[in-house]
Amino acid sequence: MISPKYHREIPQRYRLEAGKCKACSNISFPPRLVCPECGKNEFETVRLNGEGKLLTYTIIRVASDKFFGKTPFAVGIVELKDGVKLTTQIADVDFDKIKIGIKVKLVFRKIQDEGKSGLHCYGYKAVLV
Amino acid sequence: MRDVAVIGIGMTQFGELWGKSIKDIFVEAATKAIKNAGVDHIDSMYVGSMSSGLFVGQEHLGAILADYLGQTPIPSTRVESACASGGAAFRAAYFEVASGASDIVLAGGVEKMTDGADVTEALATAADQEYEVYQGVTFPGLYAMIANAHMNQYGTTREQLAAISVKNHRNGANNPNAQFRSPVTLEQVMNSTLVADPLRLLDCSPVSDGGAAVILCSMDVAKKFTDTIIKVKGTAQASDTIALHSRKSLTTLNSVVTAAHKAYKMAGVTPKDINFAEVHDCFTIAEAVVYEDLGFCEKGCGGPAAEEGRTAIDGKTPLNTSGGLKSKGHPVGATGIAQIIELYEQLTGQAGKRQVKNAHIGLAQNMGGSGASCVINILEAK
Ligand SMILES: [Zn+2]
Repeated sequence: MISPKYHREIPQRYRLEAGKCKACSNISFPPRLVCPECGKNEFETVRLNGEGKLLTYTIIRVASDKFFGKTPFAVGIVELKDGVKLTTQIADVDFDKIKIGIKVKLVFRKIQDEGKSGLHCYGYKAVLV
Repeated sequence: MRDVAVIGIGMTQFGELWGKSIKDIFVEAATKAIKNAGVDHIDSMYVGSMSSGLFVGQEHLGAILADYLGQTPIPSTRVESACASGGAAFRAAYFEVASGASDIVLAGGVEKMTDGADVTEALATAADQEYEVYQGVTFPGLYAMIANAHMNQYGTTREQLAAISVKNHRNGANNPNAQFRSPVTLEQVMNSTLVADPLRLLDCSPVSDGGAAVILCSMDVAKKFTDTIIKVKGTAQASDTIALHSRKSLTTLNSVVTAAHKAYKMAGVTPKDINFAEVHDCFTIAEAVVYEDLGFCEKGCGGPAAEEGRTAIDGKTPLNTSGGLKSKGHPVGATGIAQIIELYEQLTGQAGKRQVKNAHIGLAQNMGGSGASCVINILEAK
């Protein structure tokens, strides 16, 4: 079942929209209602740059049923140039090439199929630059 | 606030208890605790459970368990803080007694994980569903990312992590309630199936059923029942960002640092005063990081400490004498209470072959998610 839950995340997942705090300039991704840095609550919408480096990673060998048949796949934590950190799959790469510190960029990809109808759900994945 | 004591303990065998329901498991543990304490009634109860809804399709756990325990109409509440649910239930019971609202309160925990649910998916609900789990990350995956970062930053080795598993299995072999009572070798850990690189099957706590319960009461009441007073000397809880990626450091668990600081302060002790500890080794790397973040050593020595035997039963700071989550089993909601039970057995000299010499002050560290919740309790034998 495709749900409002999926629909309302589209700006973040498809377009990398984030919230930049008008008081302290900290960028929250996904956008928040309260700034985790200064506690203020006025934001402007910005789009993330999408380029960054890999802080850590793993290769998932055993996944939940939702990702059955997709293993093994790589995931990592990426720090983008604008300071935002996020968790993402790392696509199109030999696992041997994945190292902490490598440069990556986010691209638009299918992430999973939801429910019995197998509806495609999209978002970002990292690829090597 | 008045002083609070633990006067009774009870737990089930941990393991795959296919013949027993979540109600059977909890009632067995709670009945044992009530009998062990020797009390003729309890004023209220708190039950830690991470996800009875997903694991067995049963919510409203407080009421159903009070009902099957034959304790209606006392107040009974289920407490949830992911894998720290048991520790949080203990704190709730502590405050109810400390405040003077009740004299005798049961703190329990239970999880029934082998009834056919997708355990990986259920456990993953303790992480950020939309920004971690959506990408396919699992709990072993989150701790594996901590492990890789820790190895990169401090030079922690694969062998050092394996040594933690070996030590905990060695301890658990002497615990009659443990799920796995067989020692494992370094080679077996290093060659076990990869789950999320670099973590292998024998780095991971198992899927378990089990229940645990303890009885807390005021000091005045405790003195009527026992001469061996086990006092709750310190208790603290802290939170952190739900997503691992949001943290300033990937190798320090801030909730552990914060809760430890508060618990030590309340207890009036420093890490040096802690004779032994039960820590949340859901994965081997967690024990290494927590050992550091509790202040037992500087950052980066969690791996070497295990390898050099500093955390063994005869070491400087014995960790997870019960076998820990790794060997004793990890029925999620019961874990925090089972840790308290190990503290109680050690402090009262009932730990048998696992007994730590000069066990006067013990610490239990119970953690939820990738460290977004942490509960620490310090107990002392008076
Ligand atoms: Zn701000």
